[in-house]
Amino acid sequence: MARNLHDVAIVGAYHTEQAKRLDVAEPALLLDAMRGGLASAGLTAAEVDGVNASTWVSGIHAREAVQWLGGHPCWTGTGSPGIEAVLEAASAIASGQCDTVLIAAAQSGEYQDHSATVSWTRPSNEFVECWGLYTAAEFALIAQRHMHVYGTKPEALAEVAAAIRSNGARNPEAVMFGREVTPEDVLASRMVATPFHLFDCCINSEGGASLVLTTSERARDLDADPVYLLGGGMDRQGMSYTAAPLFDLHGRVGERAGKRAFSQAGLTPAAVDVAEIYDPFSFEVIRQLEVMGFCGYGEGGDFVMDGRIRTGGELPVATNGGLLSYSHAGLAQMLQKVTNSVRQLRGELPDALTVPDAKVALATNGGAGALFCDALLLGKEPA
Amino acid sequence: MTIPLPRKTPVSAPHWEACQDGRLLVQRCTTCDQLVFIPRPGCTRCLTETLEWTESSGLGTVYSYTVVHRPQRPEFEAPYVVAIIALDEGWHMLTNLVDIAPDDVSIGLAVEVAFRVMSDEITLPYFRPRASA
Ligand SMILES: [Zn+2]
Repeated sequence: MARNLHDVAIVGAYHTEQAKRLDVAEPALLLDAMRGGLASAGLTAAEVDGVNASTWVSGIHAREAVQWLGGHPCWTGTGSPGIEAVLEAASAIASGQCDTVLIAAAQSGEYQDHSATVSWTRPSNEFVECWGLYTAAEFALIAQRHMHVYGTKPEALAEVAAAIRSNGARNPEAVMFGREVTPEDVLASRMVATPFHLFDCCINSEGGASLVLTTSERARDLDADPVYLLGGGMDRQGMSYTAAPLFDLHGRVGERAGKRAFSQAGLTPAAVDVAEIYDPFSFEVIRQLEVMGFCGYGEGGDFVMDGRIRTGGELPVATNGGLLSYSHAGLAQMLQKVTNSVRQLRGELPDALTVPDAKVALATNGGAGALFCDALLLGKEPA
Repeated sequence: MTIPLPRKTPVSAPHWEACQDGRLLVQRCTTCDQLVFIPRPGCTRCLTETLEWTESSGLGTVYSYTVVHRPQRPEFEAPYVVAIIALDEGWHMLTNLVDIAPDDVSIGLAVEVAFRVMSDEITLPYFRPRASA
């Protein structure tokens, strides 16, 4: 019988330990992620017939991971860890190419030379590098234009950063656990690239994450609390960090991803209980709340105020502390937007961060400075 | 120690070589008139390979900018101003603003290209406030 996206469920979701420096080699970290995902799903390596596992620095990829899994998988994914990989794996399951996919990613041992910004933030393109750009500057060029066009205030950016960092401060698993930050602290922190202060910018750290996807039918037979795929989409507008990040061209990247995701789910943004928005910089959350349809264009700055995106608010955002406070580990943090959505719907987060009775979660990846933005909707109940 | 300089490619070489002569070149499609930057092998509107190099006035306005305080690497002297320029012909490019205090930069500021020789191979197109502005 033919399957579709709505016949796919996530049955495993796992984070390894995250830290500024883990002192764990990438292969061991990836194995930890793979074992953790399988344990969370109640599955063994022999029951996996699809895999997409990779590391950032050492370049381990899925075809090698097939052998780590004893040669059981017949399907390998090449999608970058994150929503891209989840949609690719879900499509493979929906089209009958495999039944159970393990997705895992890990990163450690990259950032050594602190006189420069982290390597993955530094573009090498001939029309970018010589002007001293890096990711913060790329995203700042979008933010500055939004602030110019709509009057978005630095206080709104500071509230986003403080709200998300406050979640991390209360998450024992977060790299910045215990580090409460107020909007005033954000505005007082040193300037990195206007309008971004230090606390508007994500941290860099090490860690891994994993997910296990299978058919909804199989999910019912497992000793795992399934979370269902409701919809997803991608919005890809070019190579990151090459051409100028023009707000007029790229300021609404993600809109097409959100529209497809909500259309497939038969839902509107009002149905979302928790939004695991990708937060490389505070402003990007404001922009993504607009493109995903939670408010109108230009209204994101007002939307985030008055506690609306804090835990206990109308739309809690980046509830584990996000990239700003929980972890930013190469590419694993993209996957972590999905794993944390699953853990919220399963009720696995600390009480202080749990969104009560959450039924629908939105996860996003990417941002305007990087010219891509993907969306994924997950539900406690099937579509 | 110098900042990292562009490593030109067969597609981009005419742009960089013209900079050495004090000319700012952009690709224009002779089939559909589209201006193309950064340099590409084909037109981004009609996909033909009928691109020719045309000289820009080098005049434009600041479309967006950021004052960078944490440098990409230590060879850059902070603070420096990264900007996107909207050229008068209707195309955009990344650059750094020079001859202006960071606090005096604003979106819409009228600017002009200001070439600086960086090496025997590379002259970079910086921008500065327009003399007539
Ligand atoms: Zn053309």
